[in-house]
Amino acid sequence: MKLTALAAGVLMVAAPAFADEVAQADVVFGEYGEVEASLTGVPGDAAAGREVFINRRLGNCLACHENSDMADQPFHGEVGPVLDGVGDRWSEADLRGIIVNSKNVFPDTIMPAFYVSEGFINVREDLAGQSILTAQQVEDVVAYLMTLQE
Amino acid sequence: MPGNARRATMAVLLAGTVMVAPALGDESAELVIDGQVFVTRTEAPEHMEYVPEIISGWVFRSAETQAVQMDDFDNPGMLYVDGGLEEWTNVDGTAGESCASCHGDAESMAGVRTQMPHVNEDGELWTMEDYINNCRTERMGAEAWGWESGNMLNMTAMISYQSRGMPMSVQIDGEAAEYWEQGRELYYTRFGQLDLSCANCHEDNYGNMLRADHLSQGQLNGFPVYRLKWAGLGSIHRRLRGCITDTRAETFGRGSDELTALELYVASRGNGLSVEAPSVRN
Ligand code: HEC
Ligand code: HEC
Repeated sequence: MKLTALAAGVLMVAAPAFADEVAQADVVFGEYGEVEASLTGVPGDAAAGREVFINRRLGNCLACHENSDMADQPFHGEVGPVLDGVGDRWSEADLRGIIVNSKNVFPDTIMPAFYVSEGFINVREDLAGQSILTAQQVEDVVAYLMTLQE
Repeated sequence: MPGNARRATMAVLLAGTVMVAPALGDESAELVIDGQVFVTRTEAPEHMEYVPEIISGWVFRSAETQAVQMDDFDNPGMLYVDGGLEEWTNVDGTAGESCASCHGDAESMAGVRTQMPHVNEDGELWTMEDYINNCRTERMGAEAWGWESGNMLNMTAMISYQSRGMPMSVQIDGEAAEYWEQGRELYYTRFGQLDLSCANCHEDNYGNMLRADHLSQGQLNGFPVYRLKWAGLGSIHRRLRGCITDTRAETFGRGSDELTALELYVASRGNGLSVEAPSVRN
């Protein structure tokens, strides 16, 4: 908790979009890659998270994951596991960690890191220094995933 | 020409069906064109560590797309072959030569596609496009063609077609070794904001759906391919650029050293598959 407060403090100086948002480089991970603290302090909006999940320019999670809650959407991917019931299998902190940077949880996974902004090779110039999702979009997706109960 | 009209109709028809429903084709189907049987699955070449069997991209396409490639009258790529045949005998440039005046019949090009890209006399790795443009500028005194120009696509389609049915067999040792290593390195590099390598999709996940796309092994034996999405024929480098762009990375230029080395490495992963050019894709 103290660490997070500290991180938030540092962030005010490096200030991205919002003052109390945890910047990509300041996210604090637990031993298994989980992220306990909210990235924004603003509760996630599950309905907005559902949209992020579907949107090809945002999460595009359906590209790789099947999800029965989205039976209305055509074409679910088969690259990752089916996400039915993930809200049961994982805690909120685990899910936040998986979305922020799944490589901490599943080493070498194909799943992109959604809240990492550095370290990419030949990243498209207009995307340099940016993560795929914003802090609030991550919170929204996590809130949505928590609704996926078995 | 009735053939042309029929092909055009097929393209429109396909656009209607395939785009809406990418129904999976029969993965055990045999590719036979005019009685000729193609090798679409075979044992992987020795240098491949993680893949036991190599498989043509044709296998992963929908039944409709597969069928179009099986009939030369329906295959819109054959129009480009016809165009290339016309260009073959066309005198162009200050030397007053055509391709045919040096090479004779187009059939003399049989086998060329199976060995491209190839290290030239100066030790440089060249693609088929490089060889063609070298003939044009150095031997014919003619202008080089643009990589993705109509003339270049016609000519690469026609020359590749002369090898149709022959097994891919690019050289990877000797002078080619350093290029091949460079290409291999690129193949396993994770590019862009999505942090994905070629291998992530085409080695680890072929056979799986990536949303509406049925992932293949990303083989080159069908190139140049006719793609409905492109509404035309496209080069190998166009495809490679597209896949790299999809990772949200800056991509490499057509004809760049990087794409040429990558082409060699990817082609070598298909050594043993029949050349299918011009093939058909959604
Ligand atoms: C390019 C493919 C890809 C994309 C895109 C992707 N994932 Fe994943 N995901 C995977 C794979 C593969 C795994 C399994 C971990 C592993 O072994 O690599 C996984 C694992 C997970 C897990 C753990 C599932 C479980 O049952 O243990 C969750 C949760 C998850 N992903 C959520 C998401 C969400 C939400 C998004 C979009 C914001 C997303 N994924 C985008 C490939 C992907
Ligand atoms: C995010 C996933 C992804 C990545 C990464 C990717 N590709 Fe692809 N690639 C595709 C999809 C989807 C297609 C179209 C369906 C198919 O043939 O697999 C495709 C098609 C191809 C084809 C055409 C195959 C054919 O038979 O028509 C080639 C060649 C290819 N990719 C090579 C590569 C190379 C080389 C790289 C790395 C530089 C790469 N791809 C990276 C998704 C990807």
